[in-house]
Amino acid sequence: MARKTINVDYLARVEGEGGVKITFDGNTVRDVQLRIFEPPRFFEAFLRGRAYTEAPDITARICGICPVAYQMSAVHAMEDALGVTVTPEVRELRRLLYCGEWIESHVLHIYMLHAPDFLGYPGAVEMAKDHGDLVRQGLELKKIGNEILEVLGGRAIHPVNVRVGGFYRAPTRREFAPLAERLKHARDIARATVRWVAGFDFPDCERDYEYVSLGAAGEYPFNAGHVVSNKGLDITPHQYDAYFEESHVKRSNALHSHLQGRPYLTGPNARYSLNAAQLSPLAREAAQEAALGETCTNPFRSIVVRAVEVLYACDEALRIIDAYREPEQPHLDLTPRAGVGYACTEAPRGMLYHRYRIDADGSILDAKIVPPTSQNQPSIEDDLKTFAGDWLDLPEEALRVRCEQAVRNHDPCISCATHFLKLEVVRM
Amino acid sequence: MNAGRRPKLAVWKFASCDGCQLSLLDCEDELLAVAGAVEIAFFPEATRAVVRGPYDVSLVEGSVTTPHDAERLHTVRRQSRTLITIGACATAGGIQALRNFKDVREFTQVVYARPDFIDTLTTSTPIKAHVNVDFELHGCPINKHQLVEVLAAFLNGRQPNAPAHSVCVECKLRGTACVLVRGIPCLGPVTHAGCGAICPAYNRGCYGCFGPMETPNAPALSRKLEACGMGQRDLQRVYSTFNANELPFREESARHGS
Repeated sequence: MARKTINVDYLARVEGEGGVKITFDGNTVRDVQLRIFEPPRFFEAFLRGRAYTEAPDITARICGICPVAYQMSAVHAMEDALGVTVTPEVRELRRLLYCGEWIESHVLHIYMLHAPDFLGYPGAVEMAKDHGDLVRQGLELKKIGNEILEVLGGRAIHPVNVRVGGFYRAPTRREFAPLAERLKHARDIARATVRWVAGFDFPDCERDYEYVSLGAAGEYPFNAGHVVSNKGLDITPHQYDAYFEESHVKRSNALHSHLQGRPYLTGPNARYSLNAAQLSPLAREAAQEAALGETCTNPFRSIVVRAVEVLYACDEALRIIDAYREPEQPHLDLTPRAGVGYACTEAPRGMLYHRYRIDADGSILDAKIVPPTSQNQPSIEDDLKTFAGDWLDLPEEALRVRCEQAVRNHDPCISCATHFLKLEVVRM
Repeated sequence: MNAGRRPKLAVWKFASCDGCQLSLLDCEDELLAVAGAVEIAFFPEATRAVVRGPYDVSLVEGSVTTPHDAERLHTVRRQSRTLITIGACATAGGIQALRNFKDVREFTQVVYARPDFIDTLTTSTPIKAHVNVDFELHGCPINKHQLVEVLAAFLNGRQPNAPAHSVCVECKLRGTACVLVRGIPCLGPVTHAGCGAICPAYNRGCYGCFGPMETPNAPALSRKLEACGMGQRDLQRVYSTFNANELPFREESARHGS
């Protein structure tokens, strides 16, 4: 039997450093290894002893692409530990902030990281030579997402305005007014984006995933809800540790997470499949037009789901800004107490779990953070195991590109996935 | 640089969150112009295409935390005419340098056979600790407008306009009333400018993510912060975040505990 190995030493157009190795034995895929060599950064270790108020700013630094997700999971977990619930006004502003991050992160992925695979370019800059207007349109849409983050968060990367209990300052209606006009424009681009990506050529790849996301919240999920799956799971974030388990895989500087021993998938396809009914009418219409159906089990079509979520985020941001009244208090005044807090929120690339135990003086005793990419890793490898055998007839370079594309389907954020590993000291 | 040839730009990553290199992709209005002015020769987060070195300008993100990265950094330096560090990780060791203090304590009793080796594995160090650096851009994250300015400056053979004064000057320029006089603890007086004084404009004290300014007087500020109600533990923590390894912040943090 001919043995053949496809090695992608350095995955391009993903956030962070990783590679893939696939070993074929004849027509069968013998082994798939998603290797992550991003150096570990030990966030959980140095969170110990920090003040509970510092968690949103410190954990934001795990990921420059989705810092809002880290801030949101951190503040909700801390509020859970303190036994407080934020005001409805703060809740809405947090949804708005998440809209900004989804737009920015999804559009980055759609236009700059993933679309070049479908159209046969090494990257967006090269793609811009032939499709300048399209790339400019994507950059414009991404910019509007960043503008939400700048007005509400102070800046796009590592926003400064988020605190446990709310925001340091609530923007005025007047500050938001120009955003409303921009968002109407964004909505048009987002609609066009759905049409554009829906026309791509998708390989015929369906998988029977166990999809996990927040759900049952009466809204398309950002910050609230149960943890649900399409195979019957329905738990609260408090029960997360009893159902999900992480294990260390030697070849990778990241942990793998399983749901009662089973691989599962979080992210846009999971969110959509479990919550499609909660999308805005415009987003639902666009999804229908893109022939998405009630669920989407083709990972290559995640780019269409991302585009639908961008459209939803534009719509939702407009709704929130239209209804916005400046709150009397932008945040709750909090007193620390000993306790444990749990939270799951929906990062652009999937569910993000935080758990903290804090002391009576508000110092963090221990922290646990499970980012979406370590949850998705087993499923990413399974995708390649399932699909790659059918692609063996492709020429070598096309096969390599197709395998890379299959990894990029899940927008893996390798920086996120490697923040925790124990330090390995080499003594010579 | 030869006339007629576009200068080659490379973007390198070490231990980091990717936020600073994302700043380049966040230059939505300038990105295609930058891509026209330079040849994006190595930027794995944006393209799988690779053009061989040497490179005219290398942007380096992230800190050195492994022996392999320490070696890799030297190959980056050898291929780069100009090397610019972007962000607090590359410039100061980043938040992951918090481990440095823990390990220093743990290992004070230990006699190292190969301290050089162990250090690179148990500490997070800035790029300048390993190779010569031509310019350091501060911030966690960097300010994208400053990034464009620094790139334009190097491509045109002039000095970048990136002042090393404090955030206080930026508050004055922005017209923000001082938060410190209202009793909100603020690191603005000792922190390097560049962000545009965002935090005080959001009713919050600066938390020092751009690192120490030139010649800061941190002990004087700490007295002021104590008057705002900060205890010793808060003072120890406030200087010990994203630029914890920078000497003025490290020393001031250590004065208030460990």
